[in-house]
Amino acid sequence: MPVLFKKNPVDIVFSVITAAASVSVLVFIVGILYVLFAESSAAIEKFGVVRFLTSTDWDPVRESFGAATSLYGTAVATAISLLIAIPVAIGIAVFITEIAPDFLKTPIGVAIELLAAIPSIIYGMWGLFTLAPIMADYIEPALQATLGRVPGLGILFEGTPMGIDLLTAGIILSIMIIPFTASISRDAFNLTPEVVKESAYALGATKWEVVKNVVIPYSKLGVFGGIVLSLGRALGETMAVAFVLGNNHQITSSILDAAATITVTLANEFTEADTDVYLASLFYLALILFVLSFVTLAVAKFFLLRAEQRTSR
Amino acid sequence: MSSTVELEVNRLNFYYSGGVHALKDISLPAYKNNVIALIGPSGCGKTTLLRCFNRMHDLYPGNRYEGEIRFKGNNILSREIDLIDLRSRIGMVFQKPTPFPMSIFDNIAYGLKLKGIRARTELSERVEQALRHAALWDEVKDKLHSSAYALSGGQQQRLVIARALAVEPEVLLFDEPTSALDPISTAKIEELAIKLKQEITIIIVTHNMQQAARISDWTGFLMLGELIEFDRTDKIFTSPSQKLTEDYITGRFG
Repeated sequence: MPVLFKKNPVDIVFSVITAAASVSVLVFIVGILYVLFAESSAAIEKFGVVRFLTSTDWDPVRESFGAATSLYGTAVATAISLLIAIPVAIGIAVFITEIAPDFLKTPIGVAIELLAAIPSIIYGMWGLFTLAPIMADYIEPALQATLGRVPGLGILFEGTPMGIDLLTAGIILSIMIIPFTASISRDAFNLTPEVVKESAYALGATKWEVVKNVVIPYSKLGVFGGIVLSLGRALGETMAVAFVLGNNHQITSSILDAAATITVTLANEFTEADTDVYLASLFYLALILFVLSFVTLAVAKFFLLRAEQRTSR
Repeated sequence: MSSTVELEVNRLNFYYSGGVHALKDISLPAYKNNVIALIGPSGCGKTTLLRCFNRMHDLYPGNRYEGEIRFKGNNILSREIDLIDLRSRIGMVFQKPTPFPMSIFDNIAYGLKLKGIRARTELSERVEQALRHAALWDEVKDKLHSSAYALSGGQQQRLVIARALAVEPEVLLFDEPTSALDPISTAKIEELAIKLKQEITIIIVTHNMQQAARISDWTGFLMLGELIEFDRTDKIFTSPSQKLTEDYITGRFG
């Protein structure tokens, strides 16, 4: 196992180099966390934790800042994206693993992975120049005319359809995370032992019943881990969202309104931060994002690990 | 022992999608309320033959059957056969226990629900009946709603048998059902098979010749995809008519 103390000098050098490379990762994480803390200390002192998290202020003139608007935007855009992405991604995964004939499995699998390879700024540009006008001209008016009329749901679709809003951002995000969720779900589905599926078929189950009652329950830990991992990606995604969200610090009930997420705020406002508190508040936001993503990833890893352990048992 | 033929295999040939000719001209009768054992060295085609009876090979593209298997007058290899219906009448138990990721109760109820049975009371009754049938009721009656994974391997295998029995099949196919189990669990499953044949017909693939001798009424010996000999079990194990069969059962190869 540990080769650190082997006699061979080449081995020692090799061990030291690889160990140093691994340790550097830890150093970077701690270093980044330290910088975020140090830089945001002015804002932490001034606003505290609870007040910063709950305040809807984002007022550079009065130097009063709060994370609530950015958190709200992040939460809503992410929720919309997951709402769209999860069913589509699971559908893709089911198709690839259970339904598609062999000659289609690979091309579709590769196409989905290519979708994940597109740089996010390209999604953002496509969103701004193609999707946003379509949303503004067709989809959003249609939503207002239909769902917008439903009592209770109406408040979700108020305002003038501009195409630059939470809904468009959520859709772009969902397209970005679909490949991710789909390929992790596919891997999870593939962990279902063939013989368990066969025994469901042997009882007279149809393909749909096997997927619904055996494959999905069997792989739910893995699929859930994949969803949380995608959630982490959606939380941290910046460029794709920055183009289509506006940068509007407000909490609105309508998903057809512009808003701000943590990432968009950071991307847009560092150049404008002319006071120390403003700058410190931006770092504070970054720190919050760091913690959020960190926790999300840890949760995802936990579930994926459990899923693997269960199948290897 | 009944002499009604429940399943009749007629000149069955089977080809896997790669073109491998896995079963060659197999013909044999399976009498109602008998246990039929299929034995032979690894790769002889006994499992392949077993999986023809419930058309399991149809799950994978490119596999091809020739010939016929008659069940209640119908050729079950015909394209017009409703596989869902066929599989609920010819059940199967696999080599390893295959509980579904749900509770003990739901595992048994699953097949019933597939058949459209929803009424709570009927489900409970039939679950209990199936578990009693599979000699598992006393061991699980207090934990019906805990996960099936919590059971031991032998219990899981009886659970799977109960699940197959719950839908009241006419034939049950066993694919080396005890190869992953300890001797005590094995004995329980063998007893169960002997008891069950009063109601159903059982076809069992086994590596264990003592097992074939203990529980079966008829034995088929396969080698390289051919049925070398098919006869009453006592005949096969005392005075087989083929030299190959004798060599195999006396342990000279395989």
